[in-house]
Amino acid sequence: MFDFIKENLILDEPLIVGANVSILLTLIGLIFALTYYKKWKWLWTEWITTVDHKKIGIMYIIAALLMLFRGGVDALLMRAQLTVPNNEFLSSQHYNEIFTTHGTIMILFMAMPFLLGLMNVVVPLQLGARDVAYPYLNNLSFWSFFFGAILFNISFVFGGSPDAGWTNYAPLAIEGSPGPGINYYLLGLQISGIGTLLTGINFIVTIIKMRAPGMTLLRMPMFSWTTLITSFIIVFAFPILTVSLALMTFDRLFGTHFFTLTGGGNVMLWSNFFWLWGHPEVYIVILPAFGIFSEVIATFARKTLFGFKSMILSLVVISFLSFLVWVHHFFTMGGSAAVNNVFSITTMAIAIPTGIKIFNWLGTLYKGRIQFTTAMMWALAFIPTFIIGGVTGVMLGMAAADFQYHNNYFLVAHFHYTLIAGVVFACFAGFIYWYPKMFGHKMNERLGKLALWFFTIGFNVCFLPQFLLGFAGMPRRVYTYVPEDGWTALNVVSTIGAIGMGIGFLILVYNVNYSWRHAKRETTGDAWNGRTLEWATTTAVPPHYNFAVIPEVSEIDAFWHIKQQKKEMKEESISYEPIHMPSNASTPFLMSVLFFVAGFGLVFALWWMAVLGGIGILACMVVRSTSSYRDKGYYVSVDEIRELEQSNQGEA
Amino acid sequence: MLHANNKSLNTPLEYRSENGRLNIFGFWIFLGAEVSLFATLFAAYFALKSGTVGGPLPNEVFDLTNTIIMTLLLLTSSFTSGLAINEMRRNSVKSMIFWLVITLLFGLAFLYMEISEFVLLVHEGASLGTNAHWSSFYLLTGTHGVHVSIGIGWIVLIIDQVRKRGLTPETAKKVFVSSLYWHFLDFVWIFVFTGVYLLGMVG
Ligand code: HEM
Ligand SMILES: [Cu+2]
Repeated sequence: MFDFIKENLILDEPLIVGANVSILLTLIGLIFALTYYKKWKWLWTEWITTVDHKKIGIMYIIAALLMLFRGGVDALLMRAQLTVPNNEFLSSQHYNEIFTTHGTIMILFMAMPFLLGLMNVVVPLQLGARDVAYPYLNNLSFWSFFFGAILFNISFVFGGSPDAGWTNYAPLAIEGSPGPGINYYLLGLQISGIGTLLTGINFIVTIIKMRAPGMTLLRMPMFSWTTLITSFIIVFAFPILTVSLALMTFDRLFGTHFFTLTGGGNVMLWSNFFWLWGHPEVYIVILPAFGIFSEVIATFARKTLFGFKSMILSLVVISFLSFLVWVHHFFTMGGSAAVNNVFSITTMAIAIPTGIKIFNWLGTLYKGRIQFTTAMMWALAFIPTFIIGGVTGVMLGMAAADFQYHNNYFLVAHFHYTLIAGVVFACFAGFIYWYPKMFGHKMNERLGKLALWFFTIGFNVCFLPQFLLGFAGMPRRVYTYVPEDGWTALNVVSTIGAIGMGIGFLILVYNVNYSWRHAKRETTGDAWNGRTLEWATTTAVPPHYNFAVIPEVSEIDAFWHIKQQKKEMKEESISYEPIHMPSNASTPFLMSVLFFVAGFGLVFALWWMAVLGGIGILACMVVRSTSSYRDKGYYVSVDEIRELEQSNQGEA
Repeated sequence: MLHANNKSLNTPLEYRSENGRLNIFGFWIFLGAEVSLFATLFAAYFALKSGTVGGPLPNEVFDLTNTIIMTLLLLTSSFTSGLAINEMRRNSVKSMIFWLVITLLFGLAFLYMEISEFVLLVHEGASLGTNAHWSSFYLLTGTHGVHVSIGIGWIVLIIDQVRKRGLTPETAKKVFVSSLYWHFLDFVWIFVFTGVYLLGMVG
């Protein structure tokens, strides 16, 4: 055992030893703080075992911010390496590992969980529901995501990181990468994928079955709509990833031949499967982002979203088309002209419904009384920047032209213009917009805008030059270049931009702390003069049961309508009823730990550990099946509700 | 959440609680994901079907009568599982459990035959690591087999719960959902039978 640890703990790279030490110190610090302030019990009952969708959402967001930090450090290391030619700051192997973990973490452990977190916080409230359909599963979703992410993340200090790109193409990821790194990738994604799939199912059922009375689908807020469509994409796309990961795991651990040419396998199978999941995946992250912008823009333009139905229609069309474009990721890998043509056309077709949305937002802004809040400014920054991302996507989608752009910095710039200007801007906008719902106060607007300017300007300074670098022929995933290439100046500019983004991020995080200390506490549930039901709760931070009385919906923008009608509910006239709530759950956490144990066992082919973990997981399932009857939940009594609601009124 | 029985007595037991309705609907969505999972496994199988280097061809080693018997076993078990639900609707716990046990026995027989088939195949030189064809064969049929095994374990647990608690909206829901699952496995097997075995005999 000791030998095993000694062999795998990475101690010869100064950077990684630094990371080792800082992780250790943070852990010790955390344990000490929790013990000193006697917070263990609080952590366990209020957070770890919670089934409250709002708390689960907050945990998702915290994890996502940590991952954004980790992925951001990766990014800055890469930019540091590329700033000047012939740089020896990172070795080529180290560089390979860093771009792999950066890409994987940003998409799967940052963008998705951030959005899932916002969905968790907001969607049940928007629907006027008390929780999601399966609160117990929701807890399992979070923890399996979390432990999958941890498994992936420890690779860099223990055994070495995956190094075959986030696309993990065979045969590079099999014959080309012998260490445990790729196993970490395969199992980390597999475990967190379980959580994602469960969330997809959970939200479909929640949205279809648990809307407030009167909320027909056409009266449902846009963010909930995008969540619904996204969930459907998740349910059909994630099993493809599950299988692909399993195939490669078998190839690496059990000697199968799915991707080994000599054994009759086919490496293109991986590319096809990966992108059959991968392209829907990019829509899994962008559609909720569109939903967030729609809410923010409607609220701060003080108008109902323009062309609501066309928006829904385009969502549905996108969700279908997203499964039909995957080949555009490998036009250059020997497909016939006919095949490339077909996928060129589907790719351009998907740009049409995407383009429609731009007009929806512009139409909403048109003649609106616009309030330039920080959240709104993120949305306004998104529109022009994302158009650049979309237009360059269409350029890449032309198969013949793609031979020119493929795998160079033009592509890198393209997907950052969609992923950052689309998804990350949306995460920030949503975070700031719904912040008072989560924490009871707004974020400071001045600091928020400062962060916005640093980040958006930094972003464009970083990535616009990369389009030009692409034209100048700089390939992606190279760790260095020579002065004669003539790429130095643009790379220097790009790194400066990256630093700007880093500063923007730090200001944003500082703002959390600053606002926590200084911001005025909200006294009502309606921080922004909102339009949808999440703002209809009596308090800034809704009580665990969300609504003492479930609101009735008769119109799109339900809450706005209620306010217009001035349907003042008289205090005495409200008759409360006992509310049934689900109780906390500890099995999901335990089960996720066991997933981690089994996964770790597989990464290092420690079979006893894998088997023990597997048995433990099965045991958890048996426990759940036989004890589900005890999970009766509890009732919040009328007295308790009245007390809570009145104390809120008192504060107000 | 768990609102009490708020549906009339004509509604089947499993649909009477809010919880039951949500779970059954959610399970259908889950089966949608399972369709996608098996579709991908089939796609892998067909894509790698010709990768038979260094191993026997399927029509050299498949024993069709064996597979037909397996198919009949699973089809019958699906039927008896339907009978169990029928008895559940008539609220007769005893005969429901009887049919569930019969279902399990057919399921076990199926599993037994599948495992012996695998053993035989390995003896004839077609194992997981032989070539891409057999790798994908085992992953597809194996995933189905694992599903069947999990189904058997699950139904055993549920029978035990019904014996202890009788038929309540909650136990009825579990019986119903597990039978949906069982029918689904039968449905997948039909494709395995035609796609893998019948086509394997021809090609
Ligand atoms: C207007 C719609 C879009 C079109 C037409 C489009 C088109 C394309 C094409 C053709 C490629 C492959 C280029 C190559 O490998 O040479 C590509 C790559 C990529 N796109 Fe997009 N795209 C669009 C939107 C998006 C969105 C919304 C996202 C994410 C939120 C996204 C993320 C990516 C990523 C991550 C890659 C790089 C994949 C890799 O590592 O190889 N794209 N896009
Ligand atoms: Cu794509």
